[in-house]
This record gives sequence, structure tokens and C-alpha cells, in this order.
Amino acid sequence: MVDKAKPTAVALDDATVAFRLSEARVYTAVEKARLRIEHGEFVAIVGPTGCGKSTLLNVAAGLLRPSSGTVRIFDSPLAGLNREAGYLFQADALFPWKTAIDNVAIGLEVSGVPRARALERAQAWLTSVGLAAFGNRYPHMLSGGQRKRVGLAQVLIRDPKILLMDEPFGPLDAQTRQIMGNLLLQLWTADRKAVLFVTHDLEEAIALADRVVIMSAGPRARIIGDWRVPLSRPRDISEVRMEEDFHALHREIWSVLKDEVMKGYAQSSQAPVEAA
Amino acid sequence: MSRGGLLLFQLVVALVFFGLWQLLATVPIFGHIVLPPFFFSTPVNVFNRIFKWLIEGTIWRHLVVTLTEAVLAFVIGSLSGALVGFWFARQQTVAAIFDPYVKMMNALPRVVLAPIFALWLGLGIWSKVALGITLVFFVVFFNVYQGVKEASTTLLDNARMLGMSERQLLRHVYWPSALSWMFSSLHTSVGFAVVGAVVGEYLGSAAGLGYLIQQAEGVFDVAGVFAGMIVLAMFVVAIDLLVTKVENRLLVWRPNAGEGRA
Repeated sequence: MVDKAKPTAVALDDATVAFRLSEARVYTAVEKARLRIEHGEFVAIVGPTGCGKSTLLNVAAGLLRPSSGTVRIFDSPLAGLNREAGYLFQADALFPWKTAIDNVAIGLEVSGVPRARALERAQAWLTSVGLAAFGNRYPHMLSGGQRKRVGLAQVLIRDPKILLMDEPFGPLDAQTRQIMGNLLLQLWTADRKAVLFVTHDLEEAIALADRVVIMSAGPRARIIGDWRVPLSRPRDISEVRMEEDFHALHREIWSVLKDEVMKGYAQSSQAPVEAA
Repeated sequence: MSRGGLLLFQLVVALVFFGLWQLLATVPIFGHIVLPPFFFSTPVNVFNRIFKWLIEGTIWRHLVVTLTEAVLAFVIGSLSGALVGFWFARQQTVAAIFDPYVKMMNALPRVVLAPIFALWLGLGIWSKVALGITLVFFVVFFNVYQGVKEASTTLLDNARMLGMSERQLLRHVYWPSALSWMFSSLHTSVGFAVVGAVVGEYLGSAAGLGYLIQQAEGVFDVAGVFAGMIVLAMFVVAIDLLVTKVENRLLVWRPNAGEGRA
């Protein structure tokens, strides 16, 4: 499943991210994070709210620079934006003034693909996310789940080697989340990109991923656990939840995560600021 | 309420208004006319005047002049407002330098500029166009400036992750979001373009609706004043309808674009 001969897709070493709040105050969001995502591996990051999961994702995307530590993408240091990565955001990030098909095609158009060809490919992608007949709709005419599908097609049409996802199904209802999870797995199975999937939902993480990484409550969030998911593929999100292995792993991880979630709640009621 | 029902009630309001006016201006109440026709005229006289203008065709020349001034003011004012707003939003240093002057200019009642424009540009249409521009420019400028500055960060991040260059960001993100803000100020700026034209004409000109009203006032022709005002009102309503049509066409991607304005 994981191809060891190829270079590691994402490698964070001792990555620390700090934000300067004022002259004397610095907020350290993530401290000395070490994380490896191999080629073709699906890794989920789970942690309490406000623990810096998204921060870590933004570092891998090149949207944020770590204050110390290194980021390597396929063995070369990351400078600027991560050109190998596609990013599916938590919030709606579709262009509201473009129709669904134009939203998907734009990823190809910006890299110089002729419009006719881009539209043709976009239509194919809309079909594979189940929206073949919705190409002419503007984002506000689509449901939340449909917008996520368009977002997924928009990212995947560029064929990135790494897929970064920030609680992409967070705003959706439970049924839609399961359908989207299965769709994601089905698309991922086709060409096994390296995936870094951030979520606060442990069940979703286990059901989707090859590895589940747990982060501690922020500030100074660290990676405190790393579990391999022993479930076979292909999986069905709703069926895999019935398996004994799923429950065993869930219990094991939850015993660690529970304390951090409680800490996270306690800290979110205080000012998360410390002296430099 | 259905469209027809709404229209019916809107008509009733107009009929009641004009009916009361006619009544109070012609029928003595306790031996006393509440609205003396010398000061208030009567709806019948006013509408007679409008028909006379329409039939004789004298009104068209004035309408064309006012329309030309308003359209020129609107086009030049919104284009320059959009360009400058865009430029300022992308160049924060420039915006910071000009900030106090922009605020001063905007606080200035533009009417005081009218005599200066008349002095510089004469009594023809261009002094009115200039006045209209100073009104339209700021409305569009502030809207576009805000729109570009507040373009959603998620959208920008997404665009960058999709591989857009700075130039492509301008075309696919900043410009459409600026345009949508410009269109959201369309009704206001079209209104201001008309105000600029009419006020300019009122203060000194040889043609236009403002001129017509001012001439009537000069000879205590109250019917003429009200007739001019009603023609002007009709003119603005027609333009506003047109703007709504254009807006719905261009902002079809907006969540409530199809609903239009009441």
C-alpha cells in the first residue's frame, strides 16, 4: 500500500509555529511537530478544537512558514507555496461568480490548458463526483454537500500528488458526511495520492485513514500519538464502523484523546497567551 | 401579496394623494380653501401641463439633455471610481497617503462646486457632468475599495493553491469581487448622477429638467414646478427599473439577484 521506494511526500521535522501577538507576546500554536506522510498514504490528524491542526496543514501547504524546523516535500525543502499539493478548505472556497463547471475548469485554465479542453475535463470530473447535470449552477444554487463535491473536483482536476483537507466535511450533516467519505475513498483508491486529512471526528478519522495522528490541546500543541489503522481496504465508511477492530482502536485512541479534549475545553475559556 | 395586488395598492396611494390635493385646492372647507391654487396649483393643471409638454414636444429636448449629462457622469464617475478604488486597495501606502484628502473631498457638499464648474466649463453640459462625477465617483470608489480589501482570505488562499499568479488573482478574484461591490452601489450612483445633472442645471444652464423647474419657479408658475418634478420622478423610476434589469442580468450568481428590488 505504501510505496517505500518513493520519497516521503510530506516530512515535517521539529516544526514550530509561533504568532507574534505584540512586541512582548508570542503565541506558540504548534511545537516541534514531527510528521511523515509516505507516498500514497492517507493520514488523519485528530485533536481537540483550537489545537493547531489547521496550522499544521497550512504549514504543509506553504501558506504558513514555521518559525523553526523544516518542511520537506518529496525530499526537497518547501519554499513558498506547495505546488505539489491540492487544498480542500473547511469554509466554502468556490468562486461565487463562476458556475460549477467553471469553478472546476479554472484549476486547469490557470496553468494554460485551452478552455475547451479544460471544460471537457471539468465535465468529466463533475460526472465522477456525481454532479454531471449541475455544471451550469452557481455555488449558491447548490447544497452544502454539492458545493463540497465541486470543491473536491476543483482540487483533484489538477492531479496534485498531495491532498490536504481541513475538516472538509465539517459543516455537513451526518448522512452527507458518510456519502462524501465514501466518495473520497473511491476517488482516492483510483490513484492513491498522499492525503493529510484534518478532523475533530475520531470515528471519521479511523474510518478513512491508514494512520491516525493525535495532537495535544493547544497552545504549544504537540503530536502525542500515532496509530496504524488495521482495517482492510476497500472500505465502506458506514460498515467499517461495525467491525471489532474499529471499536478496539477507537477505545485505545479515545483513552488518550479524551484527556486532551477536556484540557482543550478548559483552555479555550482562558486567554491563550504567554510571555515570550 | 401578488404582483398585481401590490400594483393596485400602489396606484390607490397615488390616487388618494392626488384626489386629496385636488379636493383641498378647489373645494372650500368652511368657506376657506386649504391649498390656495396660486401656491399649490392643482393636479389637473399639473397634468395638463405635462400633456402639453409631451404633445408640443418641448419636454424631449430637456429630457435628452438631462439624460446625456447623467449617463456621462455615471459612466466616467464609476469607471474612475472603480479604477482608483482598485488601485488604492492594492497599494495600501498610496491609500494611506491620500486617506485624509479623500475624506475631506467626500465631506465637502458637492453643490458648492457647481458654480466653480460653471466658471471652468461654461453653462453647457460639461459643468453638470463634472458635478455628477464628483458625486458618483465617491460612492463607487468606497464600494470598490472595500470590496477589494475584503476579498475573502479563504478564496484568495484557494486561488493561490490552485496555482494562480498575481495577474490571474486580479482577473479571477479581485476584479469580480470589486465589480460585484460596484454593482451593489449601482442604484445609489445612478441616482447621484441624475442629482448632479439636475442640480447643475438648476444653478445655471439653458436646457434640462433642472432648467425647466428653475424657469417655472422664476415666474411663480407652481404648476410648471410640480410638472417638472413629476417628469423628473418618472424619469428616475424608469432609469431605476433599467438598472434593476441590468443588475439581475450581471449578478446572476448572487444569492438574491433574481428577487430584484421592490
